[in-house]
Amino acid sequence: MSPTFRRYILTKLGWYLVALLAAVTLNFFLPRLVPGNPVDALMARFLQGGAGATAGKTYQAFITQFHLDRPLWGQFLAYLVNIFHGDLGQSFSLFPARVTTLIGQAIPWTIALQVPAIVLGWVLGNVLGALAAYKRGAFDRNLFVSALALSSIPYYALAIVLLYVFAVAVPVFPSAGGYSFGTVPQLSWPFLWDAFSHYLLPFLSLLVIAIGGQAVGMRSMAIYELGSDYVNYATSLGVSDRRVLGYVFRNAMLPQITGLALSLGTLVGGALITEIVFSYPGVGTLLFNAINSNDYPLIQGVTLIIIVAVLLANFLVDIAYGMIDPRIRAARSGER
Amino acid sequence: MLTRTRFVRTALRSPRFNTSLAVVILVLGFAILGPILAGHDPNAVVGMMNTSPAHHPPLGTDNFGRDELTLLMYGTRNSLEIGAIAGLVAVLIGVLVGTVAGFYGGITEEALMGATNVLITIPAIVVLILLSVALGSRSAVTMGLIIGVTSWPWTARAVAAQTSSLRTREHIDIARLSGASGFGIIVRDIIPYILSYLGMAFTLQLATAVLTEAALSLLGLGPTNTISLGILLQWSLLWEAVRQGVWWTFIPPTFFLSIVSFGLLLLNSSLDEIYNPRLQGGGGSCA
Repeated sequence: MSPTFRRYILTKLGWYLVALLAAVTLNFFLPRLVPGNPVDALMARFLQGGAGATAGKTYQAFITQFHLDRPLWGQFLAYLVNIFHGDLGQSFSLFPARVTTLIGQAIPWTIALQVPAIVLGWVLGNVLGALAAYKRGAFDRNLFVSALALSSIPYYALAIVLLYVFAVAVPVFPSAGGYSFGTVPQLSWPFLWDAFSHYLLPFLSLLVIAIGGQAVGMRSMAIYELGSDYVNYATSLGVSDRRVLGYVFRNAMLPQITGLALSLGTLVGGALITEIVFSYPGVGTLLFNAINSNDYPLIQGVTLIIIVAVLLANFLVDIAYGMIDPRIRAARSGER
Repeated sequence: MLTRTRFVRTALRSPRFNTSLAVVILVLGFAILGPILAGHDPNAVVGMMNTSPAHHPPLGTDNFGRDELTLLMYGTRNSLEIGAIAGLVAVLIGVLVGTVAGFYGGITEEALMGATNVLITIPAIVVLILLSVALGSRSAVTMGLIIGVTSWPWTARAVAAQTSSLRTREHIDIARLSGASGFGIIVRDIIPYILSYLGMAFTLQLATAVLTEAALSLLGLGPTNTISLGILLQWSLLWEAVRQGVWWTFIPPTFFLSIVSFGLLLLNSSLDEIYNPRLQGGGGSCA
């Protein structure tokens, strides 16, 4: 590793730590913008419901958990120390369940839904986009307009339409959940088949949107490359079309690879509403329930996970770029 | 730079531009004229609950017996209003940060762009969720503002790049030599040059903001006591309209959300083609 490259990585790392700190600060302070802390508001509701003596105990637990007896900056420091230890506190609505446990249960569902949709959508979208740029004409026009139409349909809207068409109007798929009510998650063929039938609709709704977005991006990249000087020069030298296309494809792929890594970063936060629409037991449904029950620790836990995933993906993209692109490695090492 | 007449001539020849403009104008007309022509309160109960369009034309009623068409008109109007506020706020902040950073350069640029880049990496949806949770009740204007203040960094970055390439142009040097202030140069000699870009940025921000509003509504963080396209969708999920097959309560808002964002994105990409002729058809030499 050259010293300039090491410096590049270290500067990047520094910037991402700043971003992480900024995000964590926002994560802590934004919900506390309102006067009167959330715990007080929550306890008022508890007491109205006549929880009595147990409420006092819960209140005490909250005070120690969030260090509410300290000033705000003291609470913030305690919060920082806690998340550094991987402790996101306990949920209000599912007290005394730990936030990390709840997120840990939900996140595999989300990953299983998102990663295949993102990767497959990326592959298919890029192939279609490159084909459209190369062929032009009617194929391009039709594909571009339909891809643009698909990528402008909000992903949750498509989810709602698919849910209605294939689970209600023509009920071929189950309409809610990650598996049938009353079954226990286990590694057996009947359960896997059941889970798969619940999986297909949310997965398809994400896949179709991903294809549309990627195709539009790849098409414009490839068209841009096809019109560039090196292509004109190579063609005028008599280099074969096939070979020129190889270069074009490779150059157009670079930003697309970034796009893939970045969309993998949004895998936690990118399909929240799909899960809500299908009542899929992932992070989105967890967040929705947390929002509806004013479960601040759980909301903040989920938002923190979303932030960390996005920052991590961005950081890895920057590192990969530093390794792939020698210009960045050499020239930009001191910049930013 | 394109002259105005050439712009109009190129634009009118582009079917993509014409289609998208027509779509946008139709939706705007529906949103602005609809509530005026409807003549009654969208919350008025006009029939039985969940009456199908066959029995209560043209779009049926919702879970409370309210007229879907009227709800849709008000919803579209409020969604566009939220989007327009958000778009304006985002473009204004973006222009302010971008031009100042791009024009002054040096330490100012480093600091402003550093902050912008940090904000770009923090996912906007997280800030939106946290802000909405903090503000217990949210009017349409509040929604527009919070969406706007979370979406300006992309515009700022692009404006900064364009401004710093303009900075070295001769007419800027002349303005500077004749004693114009930095602010005066930005307003008179830089902003007119990036006006076409700002228009495109606004259409993009507007489209994104309309969709963001809907996403927040579906998360349960939409505008309170306001009808919007997102709120209409949230209601139909909340009252299980989708699983009961009451399609007239969620297909129309879905259609309008899609057509708004499709129309605006198509408008944006056709403007892009008009300003950057390289993207126009038949450009590739290999093809």
